[in-house]
Amino acid sequence: MLRSGRDSYWRSKARDYAAKRKNRGSLYSPRAIRDIQKGLEQWRREVYKPWVERAPEQKADPQTASGIQLKPVFFPTDVKEQDYSDSGFPGVFPYLRGVYPNMYRGRLWTMRMFSGFGTPEDTNRRLKLLLDQGETGLSVAFDMPTLYGYDCDHPKAHGEVGRCGVNVSSLKDMQVIFNGIPLDKVSTSMTINAPAAVLTCMYAAVAEKQKIPLPSLKGTVQTDMLKEFIAQKEWVYPPEAHLRIVRDLMVYCTRNMPQWNYVSISGYHIREAGSSAVQELAFTLADGFGYVELGMEAGLKVDEFAPRLSFFFNSTMDFFEEIAKFRAARRIWAKVLRERYKARSPRSLLMRFHTQTSGASLTWQQPLNNIVRTALESFAAVLGGTQSLHTNSYDEAWALPTEKAVEIALRTQQIIAEETGVTNVVDPLGGSYYLEWLTESLEEEAYKYFDRIDSAGGILKAIKSGYLQREIAENSYRLSQRVEDGLENVVGVNKYAVQEERPIETLKIDSKAQKRQIERLRKIRRERDEVKVRALLEKLRRTYERDDRNSIYPMMEAVKAYATLGEIVDVGTKVFGQWKEPVLI
Amino acid sequence: MELETSVKAGSSTTAKRKIRILVAKPGLDGHDRGILVLARAFRDAGMEVIYTGLLPTPEQVAQAAVDEDVDVVALSLLNGAHMTAFPRVKRLLERRGGKDIIVVGGGIIPDDDKPKLLKMGITGLYGPGTSFEEIINHIKQRVKKERWKGSN
Repeated sequence: MLRSGRDSYWRSKARDYAAKRKNRGSLYSPRAIRDIQKGLEQWRREVYKPWVERAPEQKADPQTASGIQLKPVFFPTDVKEQDYSDSGFPGVFPYLRGVYPNMYRGRLWTMRMFSGFGTPEDTNRRLKLLLDQGETGLSVAFDMPTLYGYDCDHPKAHGEVGRCGVNVSSLKDMQVIFNGIPLDKVSTSMTINAPAAVLTCMYAAVAEKQKIPLPSLKGTVQTDMLKEFIAQKEWVYPPEAHLRIVRDLMVYCTRNMPQWNYVSISGYHIREAGSSAVQELAFTLADGFGYVELGMEAGLKVDEFAPRLSFFFNSTMDFFEEIAKFRAARRIWAKVLRERYKARSPRSLLMRFHTQTSGASLTWQQPLNNIVRTALESFAAVLGGTQSLHTNSYDEAWALPTEKAVEIALRTQQIIAEETGVTNVVDPLGGSYYLEWLTESLEEEAYKYFDRIDSAGGILKAIKSGYLQREIAENSYRLSQRVEDGLENVVGVNKYAVQEERPIETLKIDSKAQKRQIERLRKIRRERDEVKVRALLEKLRRTYERDDRNSIYPMMEAVKAYATLGEIVDVGTKVFGQWKEPVLI
Repeated sequence: MELETSVKAGSSTTAKRKIRILVAKPGLDGHDRGILVLARAFRDAGMEVIYTGLLPTPEQVAQAAVDEDVDVVALSLLNGAHMTAFPRVKRLLERRGGKDIIVVGGGIIPDDDKPKLLKMGITGLYGPGTSFEEIINHIKQRVKKERWKGSN
């Protein structure tokens, strides 16, 4: 090799190997499996065991983050009973290998970065900057008062206006946020849940002022109240009341806003709250089935609305388990929608999902390490076949991200897309003995959980009894204890920790937002037709009292008359009451 | 880690005394992962834990602390509102007869904010990734020094 050319050994080696790859027998034939089994036993006895006896392995019980026990290595024998029809082909049922025939060879995932802070003016400037940089998918974050449905001048909003996102107290604020942005040319994702219907009405009202017809509006509101009760806990009313409004929104949008994704079924927050990958998978899909049933109960046909349901998952540090989770999610959704809910349209069966890298995995310590964590997590999301991706910034354990940090987060995605070559092949890890085994293991565990949730009386009951919340709290305690006991390590936290002084500069949010927002709100209240607003709020109240009426129509009227977010949400509180979570500890 | 919180030596009445601690998130913040984990860790460390549930106002937190006669109030916020909510709980405690109740806090608290909180007597101010042991030891030390002085 060092000097000679024309070595016949290499020539015949190359020829023979190529021929062999073409003509070999099946890896999974009974004979091949028998041979592997025999070889494996011998290998375990003569090679592996003596090796481990000489030097013990680092971990006593290697397992995935969900606690699935792991063998040291996987073989065809671990997947020998797999029926390949259960894997199938990209772009066809059961979509294990991807929802589109050629995946990223055709179109990359959407790089959708979530932003929003301060006043509507601040956010309008940021959105326009993103549009100038070529983004077409906007994604807006709201502050805590907006998420909980309080106006900016409510006592509970004090100190929180504009802090974690932009504040919206009335239609006027939405007009400012989208001022000069043509709503028929962009798609807008709004991360809003309890008041999602109100924000949808506001968006529609802005569009009307721009003379854009409702059917051409594209975007997503999260609206996933089930996961709010399970994990993120931004609610106002009891679960049934929120679900009724979700139902009204589903029906309204199916009829009037056909391109509006009115529910984004979210595992992200379930995972961030401390669940395992198995729980994220099982609870999210169970929520998804819940919305399918909600739509069907409202008289919609499954193929009429299931294509509008999309998903939102977390991607965190256990690389292979995350990839397996995404793949298993697609397969379960397709199978159950077809078998149980009799969906026929491929668009109902294929699960589209957005992914965000895990905020909880980011460390406060040595924050620059978070760039690496986010890169690995986004790599897993891409290998798992995501349709869009938000990458967190390295400074987010500290504060909202600086522009510099956001840029690195976006570049991380671009490097994966442009430099690594992973986009050339669909589902490039498909067929890995380990990954296929793990995908099946997660699917199996998910079915077991569905059964447990069903035994607990279904999702709604399981929320009201606190079962799902306690399952998550228990897992999160287990994880924390494993770190505390050194069974799992976090670099810079319980291993390789160092003392550091102010490692990074962080974003400061000035507190002028609250004052400005309150001024604008008071002006709105002074200038609007008060009598009309009161009458429309009363109309909404009466609709809420009749379960067979759709509340979106009167809500839309109230929004257009500049009834405020807080006023509209309060109407519901008077009718439905407030939610108090069951005792969890 | 030492798991018992008994006060050694001294009078027999305090020998089995447990630290009573109220844990709360006084604000519009549903991120309860940390506080639920800590509540369990406090309980495993032998404390009596009272959790307010989500979304209490600072008034409700202070009132519960006084009504429950706790030794410690442990506050957690991840939404950036700690500079308004933590001092408010502290001031309300003082006004409602809970001047001696120890207040500790945690969450995402920038270094610049810490001196003001410390000056008010709100200590700990732990960030993400802090070990249970460190937090529990801090609480035990303050309780021994400030609440149970003279009992050992």
